[in-house]
Amino acid sequence: MHLLEPRAQPSEVMKWLSPLIALAGMLIAGSLIFLLLGKDPLHALYVYFISPLTSSYGLSELVVKASPLILIAQGLALGFRARLFNIGAEGQLTMGAIFGGGVAIACQGMTSIWIIPLMVVAGAIGGALWGAIPALLKARFNAQETLTTLMMNYVAAFILLYLINGPWRDPGGMNFPQSIMFDGSTLFPILMEGTRINSSVLITLVAVLLFWLFQSKSLRSFALEVGGQAPAAARYAGFSAQGAIWFSLVASGMMAGIAGVGEIAGPVGQLNPNISPGYGFAAIIVAYLGRLNPIGMVLSGFLMALLYLGGEAAQIDLQLPAAITGLFQGMLLFFLLAADAFIDNRYRFGRTPKAAPAIATGQGE
Amino acid sequence: MSNIDLSVPGLVPAQAATADRPALLLPRLELVNVTKRYNTLVANDQVHLKVYPGEIHAVLGENGAGKSTLMKIIYGAVSADEGAMLWNNRVVTIDSPAAARRLGIGMVYQHFSLFETLTVVENIALGLDEKFDLEALSKRVIEVSEKYGLPLDPKRTVHSLSVGERQRVEIVRCLLQNPSLLILDEPTSVLTPQAVQKLFETLRRLANEGVSILYISHKLHEIQSLCDTATILRGGKVTGTARPQDETPASLARLMIGRDLPAYQHPAFTGEATQVFAVEGLSLKSDDPFGTSLQDISLGLNAGEIFGIAGISGNGQSELLAALSGEVKTPRQMIRLIGAEVGHLHAGQRRKLGLGFVPEDRLGHGAVPAMTLTQNALLTAAGQGLVRYGLVSYQKARTFAERCIEGFHVKASGASAAARSLSGGNLQKFIVGREVLQQPKVMIVAQPTWGVDVGAAAFIRQTLIDLSRQGVAILVISEELEELFEICDRIAVLAGGRLSTARPVSETNAEAIGLLMSGLSSGTATQDAA
Repeated sequence: MHLLEPRAQPSEVMKWLSPLIALAGMLIAGSLIFLLLGKDPLHALYVYFISPLTSSYGLSELVVKASPLILIAQGLALGFRARLFNIGAEGQLTMGAIFGGGVAIACQGMTSIWIIPLMVVAGAIGGALWGAIPALLKARFNAQETLTTLMMNYVAAFILLYLINGPWRDPGGMNFPQSIMFDGSTLFPILMEGTRINSSVLITLVAVLLFWLFQSKSLRSFALEVGGQAPAAARYAGFSAQGAIWFSLVASGMMAGIAGVGEIAGPVGQLNPNISPGYGFAAIIVAYLGRLNPIGMVLSGFLMALLYLGGEAAQIDLQLPAAITGLFQGMLLFFLLAADAFIDNRYRFGRTPKAAPAIATGQGE
Repeated sequence: MSNIDLSVPGLVPAQAATADRPALLLPRLELVNVTKRYNTLVANDQVHLKVYPGEIHAVLGENGAGKSTLMKIIYGAVSADEGAMLWNNRVVTIDSPAAARRLGIGMVYQHFSLFETLTVVENIALGLDEKFDLEALSKRVIEVSEKYGLPLDPKRTVHSLSVGERQRVEIVRCLLQNPSLLILDEPTSVLTPQAVQKLFETLRRLANEGVSILYISHKLHEIQSLCDTATILRGGKVTGTARPQDETPASLARLMIGRDLPAYQHPAFTGEATQVFAVEGLSLKSDDPFGTSLQDISLGLNAGEIFGIAGISGNGQSELLAALSGEVKTPRQMIRLIGAEVGHLHAGQRRKLGLGFVPEDRLGHGAVPAMTLTQNALLTAAGQGLVRYGLVSYQKARTFAERCIEGFHVKASGASAAARSLSGGNLQKFIVGREVLQQPKVMIVAQPTWGVDVGAAAFIRQTLIDLSRQGVAILVISEELEELFEICDRIAVLAGGRLSTARPVSETNAEAIGLLMSGLSSGTATQDAA
C-alpha cells in the first residue's frame, strides 16, 4: 500500500542535486524520443542545447528570454515558500502588458524619458491588481488561490483579445487583432547594438539583488516561510496569515506585470495575442528548478530560456513541431518532481519482515 | 541465521510445559528476543515478555522506552527485525493488524481513530474485517457494552460523545471480536479519576473471564492498583519484571528511570502578590464545529504564583489557550495584562507587553519542525534586539539560541540543528527556555511535560517554580493532575467550557478535582462519572 515512506532527514545536498538529476533525466528521455522520431540523438541534442549558444545572436536571445522568466519566478517563489500557489502569472503578465500598453497607446507620438517608467508603474499596478483579486477571495472567503489564479488567466487573456480586436486595434493593421507598433519613447532602449537586449534586463538584475537581500535578511521573508511550513507557529509568533496572502500574491503579480511591460515595450513591441510564449507558466518550473532561491532561479531561468531557443532551433533544423518546447519543459518538471519525491521519501521494496525465516524454521521443527 | 537458534530455547521449555503443567500456566503470548531498530536507534533490544491467560500485565516505561513499538509489533503494525513471537505456544508471524485480530488480539490506541460525523455503530462497522448487518451489529454493541459496564448508544454520532465515551467505542469495537488478548496504550490519559475506576472494573471483569490484558502506562499508582505483573522497559531493554503490589512507587520508578524520582523545591514567594493578568467574563464560540465554546470564564493571576487549570483536553482547553495567547482575538476588555486591555491584540503584540507562551504542540506550533534552532529562536524572540529595520541579524539569533541551549541544558548538535531532530524533552526545554529568556511577566504553559521524559519533566517543573518565585505569574494547563499538585499554588478545573473557582492546593485533592472535571458541565461530561 504505502510504497513511499518519508525520510526522517532528507538530504540537503540531494535537494540541490535534484535539478541536475532532473536535467539528466530530461536529456536521456529526450534522446529516446529523438531516436523514436528517427533523428540522430547526438545531433539532435547538439541542435537543441549547444547550437543556440554558439552564436552571439543566440546568446543575446538567451538573455532576452531568461530575463522575464527570472523576474516572474522571483515573485512566484515568494508565494511558493509560503505555500501560496499563484499559478496565474501568465494572466498577471497579460494585465501588466495591457496597463503598460494602454499608457504606450495614450502617449503615442510623445517624446519623454518618463513614458517608459510610467509604463512600468502601470504594468506593476495591472499585475498587482490581478494578484489582488485572488488575494481578496482567499483572505475573505478562503477560496483556493490555485484555482482562482488559474481562472484569472483566462479572464486576462479575453480582456486582451477584446481590446486588440476592439478599441485598441491598430487602424492601419489590415484588421489583424493587434495594437499599433510601439516606437521611440514607448520602447525600452536597446542596450547592445544589433541584439534585442534592452534596458528591462536591468530591472530583472536589480530585482534579483533585492529579492536575494529580502530572502536572506528580512523578517517578513522568514514570516512567510513560517506561515507556509507551520501556520499554527506563525499565528503563535504573531505573523499575520492575511498579510502573507496579500503580500505574496500582490508582489508576485507585480513582478509578472512588469515582465509583461518588458515584452510589449521590448521584443514584441505591441499588444497582440502572442505577447508571451507561456512565460507565466514556465516561470513556475523556473522557480522550483531554482529551489526557490533567488540566485538558483537565475541559473534555472537561463536553462528554461535555452529550452525555448532549442525548441526554435529544433523546429528549423530538425523539422520538429513547436510542441517540442512544451515537451522538454514538461519532462524537466516531471523528472524534478520525481527526484524531489525520492529525496523526501524512500521507496520500500515489498513487505518481508526479516524475522520470517526464523519463524518458518521454527514451525518446521 | 542466528535468529533460528535464538527462537529455539524459547520454544523448548514451553513445549515441555504442555505435558506436565495445566494449560492455564501456558503463556498466551510469549516474545523471545524481539529486537527492532530504526536506523541507529534500537527501539526494542532483545525483549522477552510472557503474558498468561487472565493476567493483567503492565508494560511500564518512560516516553521513548520502546513500549509503543513493542505493542505495534505484537499488533502487527510494525515488523520486528529479530526474534520470535509465540501465540498459545505456537510460533506465529503477525504481519498486519488484520492478522493480529484473526488470532484474537485487539488494541485500543492512545489516540482514537473515529469519524466524528458517523454514529457509534457505523464507526464500529468500519473496523470490522467481515461482512455485517448494521441492525444486528447495533444489538451486539448494546449486548457487549452492557455486559462489561460500558454503556453506549450505538445510534449517537461520535462528535456528541465525551472522550471517555469515545474510548468505550474503541474498547467495545475490540470486544466484539472476542479477543483473548487486549492491548491498551495509555488508556487513562484522557479520563477523570472516577472514569479511571470504571475502566479498571471493566478490565478486571475481562481478566476474570480469561482475557489477557497488556496495559501500557507510565503511571505507577495505576499499575499498582490494577496489574498482576509488570514488565519494565528502559531504553528499549527489559530492566525487570515485578509484581507491582509487592513494590513501592519508588522502587518501580527506579526500575523505570534508573534513579530516584525527583523532588521539587517550593520556596515561598516573598514579593508583592499583585494581580498581573486577568480574564473577565470571557465567552467565545469555537470555530471548530466539534470544538467547545467557552462560557463566562473569569480568572486572576498574581505575580509569584503558579495557577493550574486541570481538565481533560477537549473541554475548551485549546480554545482558552488561543484566546489567552492572542492567536484568537476577543473583545478588548475581556483580557487584561498588567493593567492594559489586550483582548484585541495578536500574539506578537501581547508578547511585547510581557506575555510568554508555551503551546501544547511542540512541533508545528511551538517550533517549526524543519527549521533550525536559530530560526526557531527568531520565531518568538525577534523582539529581543534580533531585528532592526525589518532585517534580521542571524548572528544575534544564533547567539540567543546558543544561550538557550546552554542555559536550559538542551541536548542538540548545535544551534543549526533542525527542531525535529531533537527529542521531545529537549525541544520542550528549548521552547520553555526561549520564552523564559525573554523575561516575561506572565507566562502561559500548556501541557508542560506532555510526552517528555522524567528527567526533562523534572527540570521544566523546577524551572517554572523558580520563575514564579522571581515574581512571574504562571498559568499551567495540564491533563496530569499529579503534575498540577506538584507545582501549583492554586488549581481550577476547566470542563465543558466553564472554569470552576480556584482553590489553594492545600485545600483540595485529586478526588475533589476529579468530581469537578466530570460535574461542572451538565452535558456529556457527567456521563463519565455516572
